[in-house]
Amino acid sequence: METSFIHPSLILIFGALLLPLIKEPFRKIYLCGVPLLTFLDVVYLSWHPGVYGVVSFMGDWTLTFGRVDNLSMIFAFIMALMAIIGTVYGLHVKDDVQHVAAWCYVSGSLGVIYSGDYLVLFLFWELMAFASTFLIWFNKEPGSLAAGYRYLLVHTFGGVLLLLGFVLRYQVTGDLSFVQLDENNTQLFTWLIMAGLMLNAAVPPLHSWLPDAYSKATVTGAVFMCAFTTKTAVYTLARAFAGFDILIVLGVIMAIYGIVYAMMENDIRKLLGWEIVSQVGYMVAGVGIGTALAINGTCAHAFAHILYKGLLFMAAGALIHATGKSKFTEFGGLYRKMPNTLFFMVIGGISVSAFPFFSGFVSKSMIISASFESHLMVAGFLLTMVSVGTFLVAGLRLPYLIFFGEDRCSKETQAAATDPPWNMHMAMAAAAFLCLLIGSYLPFLYNMLPYKEVAYHPYTGYHLSETLQILAFAAVAFIFLKDKLGARPTISLDLDWFYRMSGRGFLWLAKNPIQWLDTAWGSAYKVVGLYSLMVIAKFSSWFDWHGIDGVVDGSARCVRAMGRRVAVVFQRGQIQQTLYYSITFAAILLISYVWS
Amino acid sequence: MIVNLIDYLKERMQTVKVFGAIAVAAMVVWTIVGVDTHHAHTWMEAHIPGFWAMFSVLSCVVLIYFARWFGKSGIMTREDYYGD
Repeated sequence: METSFIHPSLILIFGALLLPLIKEPFRKIYLCGVPLLTFLDVVYLSWHPGVYGVVSFMGDWTLTFGRVDNLSMIFAFIMALMAIIGTVYGLHVKDDVQHVAAWCYVSGSLGVIYSGDYLVLFLFWELMAFASTFLIWFNKEPGSLAAGYRYLLVHTFGGVLLLLGFVLRYQVTGDLSFVQLDENNTQLFTWLIMAGLMLNAAVPPLHSWLPDAYSKATVTGAVFMCAFTTKTAVYTLARAFAGFDILIVLGVIMAIYGIVYAMMENDIRKLLGWEIVSQVGYMVAGVGIGTALAINGTCAHAFAHILYKGLLFMAAGALIHATGKSKFTEFGGLYRKMPNTLFFMVIGGISVSAFPFFSGFVSKSMIISASFESHLMVAGFLLTMVSVGTFLVAGLRLPYLIFFGEDRCSKETQAAATDPPWNMHMAMAAAAFLCLLIGSYLPFLYNMLPYKEVAYHPYTGYHLSETLQILAFAAVAFIFLKDKLGARPTISLDLDWFYRMSGRGFLWLAKNPIQWLDTAWGSAYKVVGLYSLMVIAKFSSWFDWHGIDGVVDGSARCVRAMGRRVAVVFQRGQIQQTLYYSITFAAILLISYVWS
Repeated sequence: MIVNLIDYLKERMQTVKVFGAIAVAAMVVWTIVGVDTHHAHTWMEAHIPGFWAMFSVLSCVVLIYFARWFGKSGIMTREDYYGD
């Protein structure tokens, strides 16, 4: 039977276009139905791997919209699943455009994942950046507009790098297909494409946009954003740059960098953003290692990460939704007010910390094992160190500073703090259940991994003992050192300082020297230009009056005076005399004419 | 339910601590005596008892103190630094 191909992105885009026409009581059903249909389409496609949607474009180019293979299947599956969870979480949002932006964003992500060439990839890549910017702009919080502009500018820059890269590659090779690049024959375009993709994966030094933007997005927008951009970028890196050694180094740096900043952070969603940087570091390192186990680990960790990070962002969103606050210095001791939110946040926290029976345990360890198996001891130990830090930050610091310890809440926060509406509960419960399912029932995740022939067994006695020691002693260390991780009303300077300051420098330049030059030019014009113009005008007026008018009037006066003289001599008033002079004059003329 | 459980445990903090300590100690004994270290990645793990426990504590100390030092070296700054 011929497999019919309907691109899942199309379902979301058409769904988004029709959404404003759908009214209650059908709206909520429709909101759940569209992502569900998309998910079913993705599942259907994963039963029929192959290449679909191949279109010839402008004669020379072949566009591939649907490459369904082992690698794209697992990513598309989790993206479509997260779209359902995210939409249910935002079901209470009345503003249709927020749903439209979120769905367009997800469709961009799915489009990238199924794309088989750089042109289609680029199209959906930019759709993602553009649509997700609105998820920041829809937030009414002060600073969101500016954060959205920064986000858009940074991603436009990344998009341009990617465009430059694949156009150069097309010029050299005549090939637009999006496939693995050759590590032994790197050229300028290899690095440009890599930089473009790495920007979306938030690899340092191209990472600062992430905590900046995600902490300023709408409550529901952040839940979508935390899932799609970075993990789509991880997919593209795994597709094109598997086994590139530089990614191991960058991934490990990224993991450490993220966790150190997360320890200093005061804003909950910024902390979670830093943790995304840290966790995506594992995936980037996994791509860099590039063995079958490492790529499996990268896919598994991306899958698990989307769910537990989504859960953490949903719990953080529940706090912001209820209280309007987002800083540790404005929370504390809230467990009585929001016990369910605490429960879900702890489930997310212990999943990311790789507790046995939760998702991180079966995914993160795969990457660490792959690094040890590839004899990358330093990378293995550093990544394990970061997983200790992850437990400190997400498993302990986050819930402790919000729900326990010193009460730093204002009266309004205390009064407003309450567990979120039913739809948020449902979304969080679904994500929490999936975190547990992945960690406890291995075939669910492992059967989707791209390299099925590679076996990995996380539940060995040794791995359990290693994990339990790490977790127990990190908890003990936290009890003694928790004051060092307390809430402080600060922000942390990062590499965005450079572009924020250079933007500010440009503003200063415009406000000061350029403005001064403009004012000086205005004054100079007033003094020199206007004055000289006045002088010239005055002179020409004088010249006109006295020179030209003098000559014209003078000659007129002269003619009039002469006329008067003639009249005085010749026109005495007697007609005979006048006739006499006239005829004499005529006779003289006649005689002189005849004579001559 | 969750609130009651937390309050119940908070009222018996001392007992919780004792049970926690016993659990950790039992776990350490199990890892030293009962776990087959043949599949360890490195020599150190196989031969140093409680290697990962020490590694964990050391990691915490290194990360926390590094973050403190790094933050205090001028990275952590006032909230209105960028004027928003």
